[in-house]
Amino acid sequence: MGSTSSTLSKIPNADELIQETGFTSAHLARLFERFEALDKDKKGYLSPQDFEAIKELALNPICDRIIGAFFSSGQEMLDFSSFVRILAHFRPIDNNRTKEPNSPDPINSRINKLKFAFQLYDQDKDGKISRNELLQVLRAMLEKQVTEEQLESIADRTIQEADLDRDDAISFEEFRKSLEKVNIDHKMSIRFLR
Amino acid sequence: MFLFDNLLCMLLGISFTVWFTLLLVFIIVPAVFGVSFGILSVYICTCLLFLTVLLSPSGIIAKELASLEQEMQEMRRSGSGSALGGAEFEMSDIFHFCRRGVESIVDDEVTKRFTAEELESWNLLTRSNYNFNHISTRLTVLWGLGVLIRYGILLPLRVTLAFTGVGLLVFLTSLIGLLPNGGMKSFLSEKAHLMCYRICVRALTAIITYHDSENKPKNGGICVANHTSPIDVIILSSDGCYAMVGQVHGGLMGVIQRAMVKACPHIWFERSEVKDRHLVAKRLSDHVADKTKLPILIFPEGTCINNTSVMMFKKGSFEIGCTVYPVAIKYDPRFGDAFWNSSKFGMVNYLLHMMSSWAIVCSVWYLPPMSREEGEDAVQFANRVKAAIARKGGLADLLWDGGLKRDKVKEVFKEEQQKLYSKVLVGGAEDRSRS
Repeated sequence: MGSTSSTLSKIPNADELIQETGFTSAHLARLFERFEALDKDKKGYLSPQDFEAIKELALNPICDRIIGAFFSSGQEMLDFSSFVRILAHFRPIDNNRTKEPNSPDPINSRINKLKFAFQLYDQDKDGKISRNELLQVLRAMLEKQVTEEQLESIADRTIQEADLDRDDAISFEEFRKSLEKVNIDHKMSIRFLR
Repeated sequence: MFLFDNLLCMLLGISFTVWFTLLLVFIIVPAVFGVSFGILSVYICTCLLFLTVLLSPSGIIAKELASLEQEMQEMRRSGSGSALGGAEFEMSDIFHFCRRGVESIVDDEVTKRFTAEELESWNLLTRSNYNFNHISTRLTVLWGLGVLIRYGILLPLRVTLAFTGVGLLVFLTSLIGLLPNGGMKSFLSEKAHLMCYRICVRALTAIITYHDSENKPKNGGICVANHTSPIDVIILSSDGCYAMVGQVHGGLMGVIQRAMVKACPHIWFERSEVKDRHLVAKRLSDHVADKTKLPILIFPEGTCINNTSVMMFKKGSFEIGCTVYPVAIKYDPRFGDAFWNSSKFGMVNYLLHMMSSWAIVCSVWYLPPMSREEGEDAVQFANRVKAAIARKGGLADLLWDGGLKRDKVKEVFKEEQQKLYSKVLVGGAEDRSRS
């Protein structure tokens, strides 16, 4: 349709993005429209406040962490390419994509989805989920509904089960192992229409 | 020269008289008697014939509709299930919240509700054209023709009618106000109000279908309806007499309000009184208690919603404790978008839009009366009424507050999410400890 091509012409490196992320041009155009809709002050980039203005996101218990994942390098301006690259994590895994020997994993591979989820837990980016970080997530998800003791016992039990090298923290490998049987593709994918 | 001027004046005079007579015969007189010719139905059919154009896409993503509990259970079954089989915290639980969060970043419900409904096909009104740029010359020509007809013929006609209707309303109600209170006054006031509203309805070319008129609101009750535009008032009032509730305005609106209240008791509040909830509640209950007074018309959503859903009802009107008559109003979006986005357009702009649309087609359903039951508080009652209205009108029943158009999410909603999650976890733990 006429509208897709005109929107695409507004995106600076559309072809590159399509290659990298695996989105179709139609998806990219729709995401660009969404980007512009979220950018209410027409700054050309998104700030954390633009995300906080999304009502449904504001009621998500881990909304701060999700917003943090978009602004991970500490900067306060999110341009369209970065926006799309992060959303690409949530594309369903392409099973029929031929794996070239030396090419990097696609953004939406199982490993990369797991890495994305890992960083939601690991806020100080030291490569491990400490007991404290786990407690923080639990607190965010449960807040006043359970007592502090219950939270601590849940955290202790989780670390006990997943922590294989007994260093009282969960590394990415241990995280990945504990989720071996979970259908990550289903849980961490969004079905884009068209 | 002189002769020419004279001729011109005569011509103008004649055409004006002809114009007005036509108007009178075909529109005003039938409006007075509540009768109508078939002209409008023919018009609508022709319109429908033209309104089959291209499709426009709707949402970006297909959202996961499973609730938190269902997802958790699925994860437990397929995940690194513990021997105890109960619900425990798993590292993967965060996926659910994460995905939901990103889904709402890509596409969220609330922002959609407040922009005018995306149409499946385009109805030749530019204001509903979001995704189309230049499609074809044929379409552009058709559109141009549409503009000519709408602004050149329909708009002046409707504006004349509107002025007549409003003017007549003010005039007649002031006259009737001079009469002493009594049966005659109420009778005449009813007739006058109905007549003027019918003229206004014609001024908007609104074609309204009333369903279930046996449930029409009676005296001593409150009529509650979903709100899409200020026209809702006109639509409902042309089929029955209501006492209006509202703030006292200045200017033309104020003149109309003062005139109306002379003929029959409406409830107008001063700006200062609006803040005092007890005062408002008291005046409403006093009005309701008097059985000779007309049913009150209230729109509990508090703001105009874009007619695809019903938002949370404010509980004030449901605390009064009398019979509530719910009414559902649904506009057909093909003919004209009746939604008033008050943060975007002013009143005059909006009215201009309305009067230059093809027509306004809507359906009104009168639902059977409801009262507050034992042990039900005002909020639950309000939600019950809201669900009934949403169901009847084919609108989505949303938990969201109409105030979200402007304000932020209340903390209590975040707590709801946390409560749900904790129930799944802690509930499971309790089961385990028992077994």
